[in-house]
Amino acid sequence: MEIDAAKALGAGLAVIGVIGSGIGIGTIFGAYINAVGRNPSMQKPLFGTTLLGFALVEAVALFALLISLILLFG
Amino acid sequence: MAAEGHSPLAQFEIKTLIPLKMGEIDVSFTNSALFMTLTLVLVTLFLVLGMRQRALVPGRWQSMAELSYEFVANMLRDNVGNDGRKYFPFVFSLFMFILFGNMLGMIPYSFTFTSHIIVTFALAAVVFIGVTVLGFVKHGFHFFSFFVPPGVSVALWPLLIPIEIISYLSRPVSLSVRLFANMLAGHTLLKVFAGFIISLGIYFGWVPLAFVVALSGLEILIAFLQAYVFTILTCLYINDALHMH
Repeated sequence: MEIDAAKALGAGLAVIGVIGSGIGIGTIFGAYINAVGRNPSMQKPLFGTTLLGFALVEAVALFALLISLILLFG
Repeated sequence: MAAEGHSPLAQFEIKTLIPLKMGEIDVSFTNSALFMTLTLVLVTLFLVLGMRQRALVPGRWQSMAELSYEFVANMLRDNVGNDGRKYFPFVFSLFMFILFGNMLGMIPYSFTFTSHIIVTFALAAVVFIGVTVLGFVKHGFHFFSFFVPPGVSVALWPLLIPIEIISYLSRPVSLSVRLFANMLAGHTLLKVFAGFIISLGIYFGWVPLAFVVALSGLEILIAFLQAYVFTILTCLYINDALHMH
């Protein structure tokens, strides 16, 4: 039983890492909106880079989520 | 708590369809292999049948095939330059394979082969080894200077060179884990929310149902985005090997 409890606690603690990714995604899209607001003609080329940054940052969140999923179901 | 029956991870289970043995090695035809074959057939049909008419003014299907071609060609041209065109067939097949694999996985009750680390790691290892060999063929032993950051004083080299080498060696790991974790986490999340629909019943069940619909949309975006990211990182690595810094 104690191992199960520790697993549940660990799974909960593991997803704390998602906070950083949330901040990162907010920063990325904030910077994108800022940039497009200043220079709307750059919207198209910037969007691709933004999506790339979004995917890279989101992956970090998923690493944390993956650890918690492995702890819960693995 | 193994993956059995109603576990959210049961969807990733590999089932043997046609048992085959080659000596001691198990080479059975599994559902993973089935979906990889299906992906290959679908990509081939999509491109070959789409381009069959070779019309000057493309129809709907032909413009979709041309769109996918131009998308990857532009990506390669923007990130590698004109001498990267030699590697277009490899990059394009990589993109179409991952994209169709991810999209096939979005069909309910199908199997997502990109949610298995062995598949994505094999793809990433091909990219990594190919790019390293390419770098050595192009630059010879001069390729080792890739690990020395330009414009840095010699005093910092003992610190920076190990960091550069570690970051270079971690490329296949991050490349494969990114795709695999995205697919695994996304599909598990969908299954977990789908489980809430039943347990909350008819009065509150529609809340997670709305979530599942929204998440499916997000997952389709992610499926495309991860194929895009995998391909664009491959382009960047090829660029590194061709032009060094």
